[in-house]
Amino acid sequence: MKRDRIPLILLLIFILVMATGPFLPQWFLFILTLSFATGLVALGLMLLLRAGLVSFGQALYYCAGAYAAGALGRYLKVGDILAQMALGGVAAAILALVLGFLLAKYRGIFFGLLSLALSMILYGLLVKSEALGSTDGFNILPSTLFGVRPGADWVRYVVAVTGGAVALGCAALLHRFLATPLGRLAPAIKDNEIRVEYMGASARRAIHVMYVVAAALAGIGGGLAATTVGHIDPDMAYWTTSGEFIFITILSGTGSVVAPFIGAFIFGAIHSAAYDLSPNTWQMSLGSALLLLIVFLPEGLWSLFRKLGWQT
Amino acid sequence: MADVVLDAKNLCKRFGAVTAADSINAGIEKDSVVGLIGTNGAGKTTFINMITGYLKPDTGAITYQGREITRLAPREITRLGICRSFQIPQLYASLSVEENMLVALGVVLSNGGRGGFFSRGRPLVPGYEAPAEEVAAHILERFGLAAYRERNAQVLPGGVRKLLDIALTMAAKPKILLLDEPTSGVSAEEKFGIMERVMLAARAEGATVLFVEHDMEVVSRFAERVLAFYDGRVIADAAPKAVLADPEVQRYVVGIHAQD
Repeated sequence: MKRDRIPLILLLIFILVMATGPFLPQWFLFILTLSFATGLVALGLMLLLRAGLVSFGQALYYCAGAYAAGALGRYLKVGDILAQMALGGVAAAILALVLGFLLAKYRGIFFGLLSLALSMILYGLLVKSEALGSTDGFNILPSTLFGVRPGADWVRYVVAVTGGAVALGCAALLHRFLATPLGRLAPAIKDNEIRVEYMGASARRAIHVMYVVAAALAGIGGGLAATTVGHIDPDMAYWTTSGEFIFITILSGTGSVVAPFIGAFIFGAIHSAAYDLSPNTWQMSLGSALLLLIVFLPEGLWSLFRKLGWQT
Repeated sequence: MADVVLDAKNLCKRFGAVTAADSINAGIEKDSVVGLIGTNGAGKTTFINMITGYLKPDTGAITYQGREITRLAPREITRLGICRSFQIPQLYASLSVEENMLVALGVVLSNGGRGGFFSRGRPLVPGYEAPAEEVAAHILERFGLAAYRERNAQVLPGGVRKLLDIALTMAAKPKILLLDEPTSGVSAEEKFGIMERVMLAARAEGATVLFVEHDMEVVSRFAERVLAFYDGRVIADAAPKAVLADPEVQRYVVGIHAQD
């Protein structure tokens, strides 16, 4: 049997972040941490994509996770990074468990548009709710970890390392999930759902489980994004946010659980560089860069490693 | 009749003006090999579809080991041990032959309550008591598919696709195996090879076999009993020799006009 190198790669990425973090500029740590957050969302989308489903509304769970993390500070005065991520994940998972009863019945474009509609409902609700700051959103408590509030020079590093540990840990868990019988059903459902049923498995139940897992990952990512940025607003649920997540997922490819983080980081880096170079036309620069990546690496960034002869 | 495991009573199914099943009665005995013959549209596949729960009969009942299964969903019927293969192989096209097998064995694991996220080590597949990779290798070997292990299911030759489809069906160790035209679309030389492999595996697993077949040579060689369908009815039900000699069967199914 081929040796499974993914857990080792994830561990190496974590060690790299931990070791180089203190020497990296603050803006770099910021982009890196946000890549862990958006990478988590893309990780969930990758799972759904393996089952042939594209959710155009994953920002719903990203935003729900962020607001849950925000509420934790606003109402309970808790700013712990781990608690924010955990609550974000749990809140998103519960929401997905309920909505999943509806969504797991749908496939293809119907699944996509229904998930988009649900995320826009959340957007609409948040915009209308004065108590949560309406369109302005509200600020997040300063990040703490285990009751300790890191100094201003260290807070980005602490959030990056903690967020990285959680994100890469989630990737390792998802990697394990993909090898379980339930995880193996994802590509089978995509290929031939009728056969899945005739093998004695319930495709709908499997999709419901994967939908909840994907939402939990997005919720954790939302919690991390909230504590990283320090501010949340309804735009986190807006459809363009969902679009970015899909973009990252397609860019990354479905080959490995490492890919979404690399894709998220490259997306974040291109995004920042484009904005820095030409604040007025950054969408065009971003679009061109992504277009090139898609033309030359149609199976996503991960296929680059395969082309270089890596066995993953 | 001794030891009837699967019993269809008075099954009727109409699609608009077409009668696909017209009071079909058939008791299938344990360990028997039953061939289903008939022209296209005679009701053979409808019969199989009703047994496996894809179609619900308008009237009538199907019992399996004394339990009524008429209204169950396909996956529930599969879990009881009634499994079918398909006339057009239903594979997971983007996966390799081995991965196809691992999906099938994964379902067997899940339905046996094993192989969950929190289980430790490599779970043992119920009925085989070995890890899925080993079981997959064993099954592929048995069906002569070992050489195709890493090949993508989409690019397999016709006969291999057919065998893989049946191998996937047999992964769950069915008590009753329903084969929908196991040798259709396969070259004449390959037909007997495929049937021999499948029958050998079915016998080893102790499965009762029902198969739909158009090739009368295959039917007379492998079936112990033949049900001949015509216009939604069973017009003959006996040993192959007797059925194939029946004038009605010759006229409507085999296509030889009896000399009056």
